[in-house]
Amino acid sequence: MENQMKIAAKGAMASRKRENLHFSINRSNISKRVRRNNFYRVLFSLSTVFAIGMLMILLYQVWIDSVGWLTPGFLTRNLSIFPEKAGIHGAILGTVYLMLVVIPVTILLGVATAIYLEEYATKGRIAAFIRTNITNLASVPSVIFGLLGLAVFGRLLGLGSSILAGGLTLSLLVLPIVVVAAQEALRAVPGFLREGSYAMGASKWTTIWRVVLPVALPGVLTGGILAVSRAIGETAPLVVLGIPTLIMRIPKSLGDDFTALPIQIYYWTLDTVLTREYANLAAATIVVLLIVLFMMNSVAIVIRNKYQRRF
Amino acid sequence: MGTQTDVRKMIHDNIVNNRNRVDKLVPRILFLAALVSVVTTLGIVATLIFDSVKFFQMVPFSQVFSTELAPLRAENPTFGILPLINGTVFSSLIAMAVAGPVGLTAAIYLSQFASERVRNTLKPIMEILAGIPTIVYGFFAYSFVTPILMKLIPDLGAKNVLSPGLVMGVMIIPIVASLSEDAMNSVPKTISEGALGLGSTKFEVAVKVVLPAAISGILASFVLGISRAIGETMIVTIASGSSKAFTYDITQSMQTMTSYIVEFTSGDAGTGTAGYYSLYAVGLILLLFTLVMNLFAQYISHRFREEY
Repeated sequence: MENQMKIAAKGAMASRKRENLHFSINRSNISKRVRRNNFYRVLFSLSTVFAIGMLMILLYQVWIDSVGWLTPGFLTRNLSIFPEKAGIHGAILGTVYLMLVVIPVTILLGVATAIYLEEYATKGRIAAFIRTNITNLASVPSVIFGLLGLAVFGRLLGLGSSILAGGLTLSLLVLPIVVVAAQEALRAVPGFLREGSYAMGASKWTTIWRVVLPVALPGVLTGGILAVSRAIGETAPLVVLGIPTLIMRIPKSLGDDFTALPIQIYYWTLDTVLTREYANLAAATIVVLLIVLFMMNSVAIVIRNKYQRRF
Repeated sequence: MGTQTDVRKMIHDNIVNNRNRVDKLVPRILFLAALVSVVTTLGIVATLIFDSVKFFQMVPFSQVFSTELAPLRAENPTFGILPLINGTVFSSLIAMAVAGPVGLTAAIYLSQFASERVRNTLKPIMEILAGIPTIVYGFFAYSFVTPILMKLIPDLGAKNVLSPGLVMGVMIIPIVASLSEDAMNSVPKTISEGALGLGSTKFEVAVKVVLPAAISGILASFVLGISRAIGETMIVTIASGSSKAFTYDITQSMQTMTSYIVEFTSGDAGTGTAGYYSLYAVGLILLLFTLVMNLFAQYISHRFREEY
């Protein structure tokens, strides 16, 4: 007994010694470690500051370049070879017409796809295949959608570089965004609402149409707005479709050739080589584009925060 | 009593409605809509392969995998893709040299150091970067970053791969940051709190505990960032120019695969020429690059995931 206690005491002492040793080592280091911790906290926070700083510089620079050029006349005049007479009336209309194609097509297809995947085909190989396919489609570079549009809509269906061809190409490009957002919105609808509806004898489609979709609508709309704001800024697919450089005519129907805001920014930026003033035109157009995007995103945030029902 | 009969009537109506064909028809219509995305994929693959085959019939393999790229030469044009791959690799590497370290350290700061309030303010602002159209970055690179770099590096060309690479890096920061942050946030709190309880500083917890545990997600975020850089079009088209020389000099113009496609479609390539089909061949190789990158990212995040 005594022996055992002695041994235990010895062991305790030894371990305390080790702890003391450990503690003293740590203490000699501790201010160094704290200093290092603080150093890296500041350094890492600078990365965030850097990213946000670049955003500020970008916005500031674009704004500075556009000052004096962003006049009411700039919005209402049409393109011109003289920078001081040029306006983006046609480009604004082109973008609006493009969206008249993109919005119904993506929302209809996107929501229908999401309903199918979430409500009808939750299991099974086909659904899994469609799901993988949508994920992969979302990561295809936009310029490749341009090639698809050029080959299928432009040449095969003979739509050329019309608003319809551009709009359909952009619709396919942003389709995955709507599908994923709508899927999430549908998934967030609590099961008891569906069950309540079924208990009333409602059929599956009635339940989806009258109960599930209205509840999921804010989420669907948010995703739709985000997708459309992505489509508004897309340039590469439209350029690949072969949108002409200088369109003086205002588009009247969906079959007409057109120009759009991002295309105009692209050509004016390239034209900067000719005169510096084209940079001002490009910057002024960018400001218009960014204001539109900012407003759309604000609307999306408001919808999400205000109308999202929680259960 | 009135409400009761109403409910009965509703149930009765619903049962009657059930006999409608609508419920049988709807899933089929929805299925057709869902097929559109599949058809899109098939369409992309089909057009790319179909026209690429024609290209490879016209141009010998040995020429395609050479450094000789002169597609617009009137006599005897050559189509070596290596200069384009070279340009793509260089611009993506420069972008990742910015986005990798900055994105990762920003993610560490946001997930490990920042208070909730700071995180909730900074994160949405950073995400704005990802929402700005790439054409705007192209303008920024060409008319702001390049002139500044020219003052620092006298030999820099007006079109060069350095400036769009750096700007592309800024654009990718939020992608790397938010994916890495997700990976670090999914490391269980018990582990990092255990390390804190043993007396580690937050930095030690971040680097020695959280980072190793989240490494799969972080690597995947890098690979997805690269994939994004490879597919990026407008920034490099505007600011990197269209030099078809095979060079390792990042102060000079290089053409990427994406900007080749843009240049060639804008330049009226007649249907049926090797030049027109080369678009699709380049598109196919570009698609393969991004596809491999995305599959690689998925593989990493599954293969090296730490399960808790």
